[in-house]
Parts: sequence; C-alpha cells; structure tokens
Amino acid sequence: MATIDYDLELRRAGVHATGGWRRVLFLAQRHVLGAAGLVIMTAFVLTAIFADFIARYDPLTIDSARALARPSLTHWMGTDSFGRDVFSRIIHGARISLAVGIGSTALGGTIGVIVGLTSGYLSGWVDLVFQRVSDVLQALPLLVLALIMTAALGPSLPNVIIAIAIPLIPTVSRVIRANTLALRELPFIESAKSIGMSDVRIALRHVLPNTLAPLIVLATAQLGSTILTEASLSFLGLGIPEPYPSWGRMLSESAAEYARTAPWLVIFPGIAISLAVFGANLFGDALRDILDPRQRS
Amino acid sequence: MFAYLVRRLFLMLVTLFGISVVIFFLLRIVPGNIVDILFAAAGYVDPADKANLEKELGIDQPLVVQYWHWISGFLRGDFGYSYVSEKPALQEILPRIPITAQLAGLALLFSASIGIPLGVISAVKQGTRLDYALRVVSLSGLSLPSFWLGLLVLTASVAMFGQMPLFNPNPQSFGEAVATYCIPAMVVGFRSSALTMRITRSSMLEVLRQDYIRTARAKGASDAAVNYQHALKNAILPVITVIGIEAAFLIGGLIVTETVFNIPGVARFLVEAIRWRDYPIVQNLVMLIAVVVVSANFIVDMLYAVFDPRIRYTD
Amino acid sequence: MADKSDLVLEVKNLKTVFFTNSGLFKAVDDVSFTVKRGETLAIVGESGCGKSVTALSLMRLVPDPPGRIVGGTVTLEGTDLLALDEAQMRAVRGNRISMIFQEPMTSLNPVMRIGDQIVEAVRLHRAMSAKAAWNIAVEMLRLVRIPEPARRAREYPHQLSGGMRQRAMIAMALACRPALLIADEPTTALDVTIQAQILALILDLQKELGTGLVLITHDLGVVAQTAQRVIVMYAGRKVEEASVEALFADPKHPYTRGLMASIPSVPASGAATQARLNEIPGTVPSLVRLPPGCAFAPRCKLAVKRCQDEYPPLMDWGGGHLAACWRAADVAEVA
Repeated sequence: MATIDYDLELRRAGVHATGGWRRVLFLAQRHVLGAAGLVIMTAFVLTAIFADFIARYDPLTIDSARALARPSLTHWMGTDSFGRDVFSRIIHGARISLAVGIGSTALGGTIGVIVGLTSGYLSGWVDLVFQRVSDVLQALPLLVLALIMTAALGPSLPNVIIAIAIPLIPTVSRVIRANTLALRELPFIESAKSIGMSDVRIALRHVLPNTLAPLIVLATAQLGSTILTEASLSFLGLGIPEPYPSWGRMLSESAAEYARTAPWLVIFPGIAISLAVFGANLFGDALRDILDPRQRS
Repeated sequence: MFAYLVRRLFLMLVTLFGISVVIFFLLRIVPGNIVDILFAAAGYVDPADKANLEKELGIDQPLVVQYWHWISGFLRGDFGYSYVSEKPALQEILPRIPITAQLAGLALLFSASIGIPLGVISAVKQGTRLDYALRVVSLSGLSLPSFWLGLLVLTASVAMFGQMPLFNPNPQSFGEAVATYCIPAMVVGFRSSALTMRITRSSMLEVLRQDYIRTARAKGASDAAVNYQHALKNAILPVITVIGIEAAFLIGGLIVTETVFNIPGVARFLVEAIRWRDYPIVQNLVMLIAVVVVSANFIVDMLYAVFDPRIRYTD
Repeated sequence: MADKSDLVLEVKNLKTVFFTNSGLFKAVDDVSFTVKRGETLAIVGESGCGKSVTALSLMRLVPDPPGRIVGGTVTLEGTDLLALDEAQMRAVRGNRISMIFQEPMTSLNPVMRIGDQIVEAVRLHRAMSAKAAWNIAVEMLRLVRIPEPARRAREYPHQLSGGMRQRAMIAMALACRPALLIADEPTTALDVTIQAQILALILDLQKELGTGLVLITHDLGVVAQTAQRVIVMYAGRKVEEASVEALFADPKHPYTRGLMASIPSVPASGAATQARLNEIPGTVPSLVRLPPGCAFAPRCKLAVKRCQDEYPPLMDWGGGHLAACWRAADVAEVA
C-alpha cells in the first residue's frame, strides 16, 4: 500500500481553513476561477465608480478632425466616427452596464421574491394566477420580451432596466416559490405557527432568510445575463439611447461596416462586454458551488 | 397519460392566450402610434388626414375590438396588412421563415453535437484539468455576445479574405452555402452549445451520485460501462427537456446574428418591425415565436414521456 | 481457531479514513474479523459507527475523495483484495463478493429492465450469450421467489414494490454465486412484514449456495435470529466479538450491554411492569476528535480514570469472546 501524506491530504480537504479570512483564502484557492471572477467584478465596479478619474477624455465630446483615428498613445483604443475617444467611452460604459446589471437584477429579484413568497406561502388561487402569469412571461424568449418592453416604454436607462427586470421576475419567483413550499413543511415553521406568529412575520423572519443562499446564487447568475441583454438591446438600437456610451450601442449595426475599416471599434467594446459578463459568470458559478448544498459531494 | 395530455394542452392554450393579451396591450401603451410616426417624417400633420388614416388602419376603434379583430384573424391565418409595406403581413413573414428555420436547425444540431459530448466528458472527468478547461470554454461561450462573435467573424474574414461573407439565398457553390448558413449557425450555436454543455454536465453529475451507480460498480462494471451505459441513459433525459429553453435561447441569438450577417430572416424582421411600430407584423411574429416555443416545450414533454419508462407506464 | 481452508474472508487491521475539512476521520480503525463458508457474521452498532464504511471497504467502493483505505488486508479466498489493481478488483466485484444495499428504491437503474440489470451482472463475469444470460436472470428471479419471473424480468424497477426490488437486488448479487455476500441493512427501508420475508430469503439462499454472509444491522433482534457470530463496532473500532450465544448470554462491553438494554421486551407474565426502557446517554462522539482513551468512556456509567486515558486492548474472555474494556470483568455485576 502506498504511503499516504496525511498532512497534504488534510490540507487538500481544507482542515487548516477554519475561521474568518483563512476560510476565504482557502475557498479562493479551491475556486481559482471564482476568485478570478471576483477580481474582474471588483475591477469592473471600481472602473464604474472612478470612471471620471480613469478616462482620459470626455466620452461625449465630438471632434470630427480626429474621427476614426487608429489606436495610438494619445487614443489607446482609437476614436469612433465622431472622433470620440473609445477608451474613455468604454470606461464610462462600465457605469451603464453596472447600472443596468445591478438595477434590473435588484428590481427583478425584489419583485420575484415578493411574488415567490406570496405564491408559495398563500398557495390557492393567488398561486395559480401567479403561476400562469409566469408561464406567459417565460414562454417568450428573454430578448424578445425585453425588445417589446423597450419598444413599449421607449428607450431610456430606467426603461431598459425595467424591460430587463420583468423577464427576470418569473425566474426568481419560481425558485423562491419552490423553496418556500419545501420550507413550509419543515418543523420549525410549524412551531413558529403554533406559537402564534403571523404569516407575514413567518415569511420574513423564517422563510426568507432560508431562501437567501439560492437567491444570491440566482442573482449572481442573472447579473451576467442582464448585462448581455442590455448590450444586445443597445446593439439593436432599442436600448440605451445616444449619446450615452453603452458598450452594446458602440457595437451597433454601423459597426459592421467598420469591421472593414476600423476593427478597433469592433474589438474593444466587445472585449469589455465579454469580460464583465465572464467575470459575473465565473463568480456566480463558484458561489453556486460553495452555497448550493446539492452541488457538494 | 391521456388526462395528462389534455391538461397540458389546456395549459398551453391558456399560456398562449395570456401571451396574446400581453403582446397586444404592451404594444399599445406606447405614446404615439404608426400614424404619428408616418406623419412625423412628413413634418406636417393635417388632423383630417390623420383621422382618415387611423380609421383606415382600424386603430380608432376600442382596444378590445382591435384585439378581437387581430386574434380571430390570427387563428384564421389572416395576419392583416403591414403598415409599412402595405402588403399582407403573412406574405411578408412566410418567405422569411425557412431561412430562420434552417439557421435554427443547424444551430441546434451544432449545439447538441458539441455540447452533449463535451458535457459528458467534463462530468466524467470532474475535477481534472480537462474539466476545468471545458468549463472555462463553456462559460466564455456564454459570456461572448453572439453579435460580437459575428462581428469578429466578419472582421476576421475581411482581414483574411478581404471580403465579408454576404448572405445569398441561393448559394451557387458549396463554399457559399457554408458561408451563408453554417457560419451564422455556428455563431448562434456556439453560445447554445455552451448552455447544452453545462446542462449536460450538471445532469450527468447528479446521476453519478445516485445509488444505482454504486450498484453498477458493485456488479463489477467498468468506469466506461458505468459512465456511458448506466449514467448517460439517465442523464440524457433531463437534457432533452431543456430543448424548449434552448429554443428560446436560440431565438435571442438569431435576432442579433441575423442583424449582424444581414440575413433576411424573421428574427431580424422582428427588430425592423418593432422600430417601425409595424403592429401587425410585430404582434403576429411574436405570437408565432410564442407558439413555436410553447409547442416545442409541449413536444419535448411528450417525448420525455416516450423515452422515460417511468412515465410511460404510470397512469 | 477454524480450519483455514474453510475461511472465505479474512480481514486484518483494516483502516479506512476520511479526509474532511474538520480533520481526519477514522471511519474504520484497525478492525479484524473472519467469515467462514456458509457462516453469517453480523456487524452491529449505531449509525455512524463505521459499519457501512467497513462494508464498502471490503468492496473497495469507498468514495475517494474524501475516503481512503489506508491499512490492513482483506483476504477473500486467499487473495488480498487491497493488493489488486482496479481491473482485477472489478473481476472480483459482483463475482466472488457481492453487496446488497439499504435502499432498494434507488439502488436499481430506473431506465433499465430488471432482467437486463441481472444479465449485465452475469455477462460481466461469465462468457455467455445474451440469451443464456437472460435465462439465468429469469432463473435467479424465480430463486428469490418473485412470482412470474419471466414477465417481471421485462419490467422496470418502478413497476416493482420495495420488497420485490430488494428481491431483485438479491437475485443480482447472487447471480454469479459469490463466495461472500455483504448485506448492508437490507431490510431497514422495508415494511416490517416484508423485513422478515427478505431476511428468511437471504438465509435460505445462503444455506443453499453456501455463501458467507456479512450482515450489517443496528437491530439486535435480527442478529439473534440470523447470525452465528457478531462483532460490535463503536466509533470505528471493534469493541466486542463473540458467538451469538455468548454475546447475548454474557455481553462483556458496557456498550453492547447498553444496546441490549435499549431493546424493548415484553415483560414476563406475572412480573411487575417493566422498568423504564433503558437508553444509552449521549451520542456517538465525533470521530475527528476522539478521546485518547476508550471512545465510549464519556457515555459509560462504569468509566474510571484509566478509561479516559488509555485505550483498552481487545482481550479474550474465553472461546474467542473478545472485548475491549478495562472494566469487562465488572460489567455483569454492576449493570
């Protein structure tokens, strides 16, 4: 029988990583990809916050003399057809993406939680109605629904956030509802009821905290998809209106003709979108591995 | 089984009715209708002309009446007239369907033939470098917007061949056919293959934890037999059920990809119609998409019943 | 000691550990036992005492990670299973050594017909046509007393009741006439009425086929009915071993005594109503932080200072009755 390095095996199992930040470090080591995702997300958030300091030019200033300049030391990522600095626009674009990503995830998540808790907790006809409405919303592809919503509401930042948040609601509410239904049967909920706690109080004090882990996992997983949807909407010209520097807008149809003459207009905004979404997805995946007990072996 | 089928069919109709109501009213909460848009281009508005046009288009009637006109027409196959081209909407939509359908079919084929095997390998080799690599590839697949991937393909083909692969509905050569259909289909399919792979992987991992896998090992079955006979058979069923989700996912990809590659399919047409507020086109197209997605889900459920012995024999 | 040639299984100093994030978990710690041809050995203990891991270790099916067999030998019909490579081990599994699991509801593959699952077990180890193997499968189903075996063989697991599924599992496990059968709580998940039938079936077939049987259970009633010899496990260690008669007549370990006292019994007629049902105070200690001395000491009424400081070795109390307890001599008087 081969000799066994007990220390090594135990380290691998994470025995040294007990309290506090040692545990965090251990998790980061085990989930290298998730840690990378977290780093990307942090960089993304910091970029959005400090965009004014990082950007070298005003993202909106038009200078036709400098139109379609190649990437150079003065314009790291070149300029667009209006002579606006692409690097600065991408830096400021982080704000839009982040606003939409967080805004619609939070909005859709909150409504989804309320709907899911109510639906799962009350059951009966309320549940039935909510379920059928969810069916309706989920039968349409995310992008199609968002397209119609923006078309209906008109293109503006808040409207885009709403348009993307609505398709999220059924996704979130389904998970919360399923969790609530499962939790309702558990003894501690029964005992809360038996001591005369009100339904709302039980839902908020007992059920909600216990659905937090799946909610966090779901929200992180949706973050990337909301950023991507905003980019698609803006790309199709139905998202964030000009002159805001939305990454998707920067790639909008006209970019197809620049594929020939000014490839930097295609490459850099796309990298920005992909990186932000990739970071969110990496982090979301690791979070699911850590928090979702079903994934644990 | 029969009762289940009837129940599912009924729910499907309820859902479709709900969708029709949502679409119809969403498209009418917008301030400004097609007439405003048409006149805005002209710059001058004569109220009498405007009223005439509204009457002609039937948008002066109460919404409920308008809804009834639309939905009864839809069921009869009468889609009304496009506001923009003034041709029958059906005539505008029908010829574009085969193009999108072919793209979607190819993309789905690509997605399944890449995604399922890679997902299985990734699960079987869980925790190895290969698994890591495949997971990174699939996650990046989900993170690249398809329209950007399409633009990159265009940029690359300009850089390499000096020209763009333009859409040709009647390809003359094999190369042209590939450029016309396969490249866009792969761009769309890449993203959904990433989704297929992730679903396959997690389904497979779930199955590999089951007791009967341990039983198979206890019989002396090899890893290959355990993974590919016992586990795969069980893991593939849940993968089939998400084809409906995939279809919805695919439509999103098709909308942007058709736009990038300038393909005259229904998906791009939808975007154009939305921009023009061409209600007859938009509402009928979205309704068609909903019918496709909902029936895809329905068919998948029925297929599941056929493939899974547990469902076939109960009730 | 028994005649060597009669030994089917000899386990010596088996040690299986789990590497967990709260530390090293000695699930099986230095356990030895033997099983003779046609003999039934029962392994008893509370859940978490290492019975099931012992069984999985014999099959070499301990999930790795986190588990690993780190020492000892498992000799089946003269071959040390722990020294085999994986392919050689596969040729033994299901062939010379088989296992029945606790959960008949989930232990059969839901998308394979019962017959095919038995056929697979047969054809993995015997070169024969699918047709011949199918006939064997039907024969095996008949052997485990499933009515209409030819029809049942073509059915899927969900069409069978729990008891029927467990019968099918037994048919599968015995299809290759193994030298040793391990049954891990084979009746726990079943209805009480079915339990007796399944046990009787296992014992009948064991007698008929001359199979050695390792029966894992927490139910001393089952032990008394079925086994010839018993080992009692506590916290991964063997704390007592004896013939069934000796064990029930004169348990040497306070833990064994506690287990027996917690079985409810009908009071003898005329006797005063039975005293309150005895229970063992406390729970099985965490296997990660075991006390240096006897693992049972914290729950033991007889524990003295020595019990806490020093682990008691297994001592022979005559006739192969082994017990690991410093106070074994006093158990009978005090309790």
